[in-house]
Amino acid sequence: MAFMDLWPYVAGGVLIGIAASLLVLVNGRVAGISGIFNQVIELAPGQQYWRLFFLLGFLLPAPFLALNKVNFEVGSVGTMLTAGLLVGLGTYVGGGCTSGHGVCGNANFSRRSQVATLTFMATAMVTVFIVRHAV
Amino acid sequence: MSLIPTLTAFLSGLIFSLGLILSGMIDPARVLAFLDVTGAWNPALALVMASAVATAVPAYAWMRRKHRTVLGTQSHVPRRRAVDLQLVLGAAIFGLGWGLAGLCPGPGLILAGSGNTGALVFVTAMGAAMYFAANVDALLSRRRKGNADA
Repeated sequence: MAFMDLWPYVAGGVLIGIAASLLVLVNGRVAGISGIFNQVIELAPGQQYWRLFFLLGFLLPAPFLALNKVNFEVGSVGTMLTAGLLVGLGTYVGGGCTSGHGVCGNANFSRRSQVATLTFMATAMVTVFIVRHAV
Repeated sequence: MSLIPTLTAFLSGLIFSLGLILSGMIDPARVLAFLDVTGAWNPALALVMASAVATAVPAYAWMRRKHRTVLGTQSHVPRRRAVDLQLVLGAAIFGLGWGLAGLCPGPGLILAGSGNTGALVFVTAMGAAMYFAANVDALLSRRRKGNADA
C-alpha cells in the first residue's frame, strides 16, 4: 500500500497519542475509555469532573457523524448484547481496554499492559477465527 | 473543579475521538479484518496503535521521572507492575467481546452517540456489566474486610 492510503491510520494514531499525552501531563490521568466510562456511570460520591468533561469532548463529534450520514454495519442485536456484556466485564476485571492498556500502558512500558494487550489481541484473533472460519 | 484540568480533559476527549474516527477504528468491519489473521488480513490498523503508543512515550517518560503533572499536581498513573490471574482473565474476556463485535469501548461509545442502534445495545450491555461487576467487587471487598475484623 502506498503512503497515501496509510496516512489516516498514522495521523489518527498520532492524534490519539497527543490526547493521551495531554491528559497525563496536565491531569496526571490515564486516558482509558473503559475506566472513565465506568467511573462516570458509577456516579461515585466525590466524582471528579474531569471524567465527565473528557466524555463530553469524546462524544462531541458523534452527532456530526449522524448529520453526515456516516454509519457502519454492526452485528446482530444478540451479538452486540453478548459482546457488550463481555467487554464490560472483561475491562472491569482486567482494569483497562485498548486505550488504557493498549495505548497508555504500553507507552508507559507497563508489564501489566504488555501482558493484557497480548492477551486481548490473542483472544480477539482466535474469536474471529472461530466465528469466520471454524463454524 | 479547577479550570485548566477541566478544559484539558475536554480537549483530550475530543482529540482522542477525532483520532479514532480518522483512523477507521470506529468501523467494526475494518477492525474485524485486522483481527482476521488467517483470512483477508488487513494489518493497517496496527499502525494506529503503534503511532499512538510512540507519540505518548515521551509524556509518560516525563511522568515517570517527575511523578508530578506540569501543573505540579499529583500523578495518578498506576505504578503496579505485578501480573496476576485477574489481569489475564479480564483481558481474555475483553478480547472475546472485541472479536465478536469488532468494537471496543471507545468506538462503541462514538457509534452509539451517532445513533447506531447496535452500538447502543453494545454500550448499554457494557455499562450494565461494569455496574454489576463493580457491585460484586464492592460486596466481596466488604466481606473480606469483615472477615479481617472478626
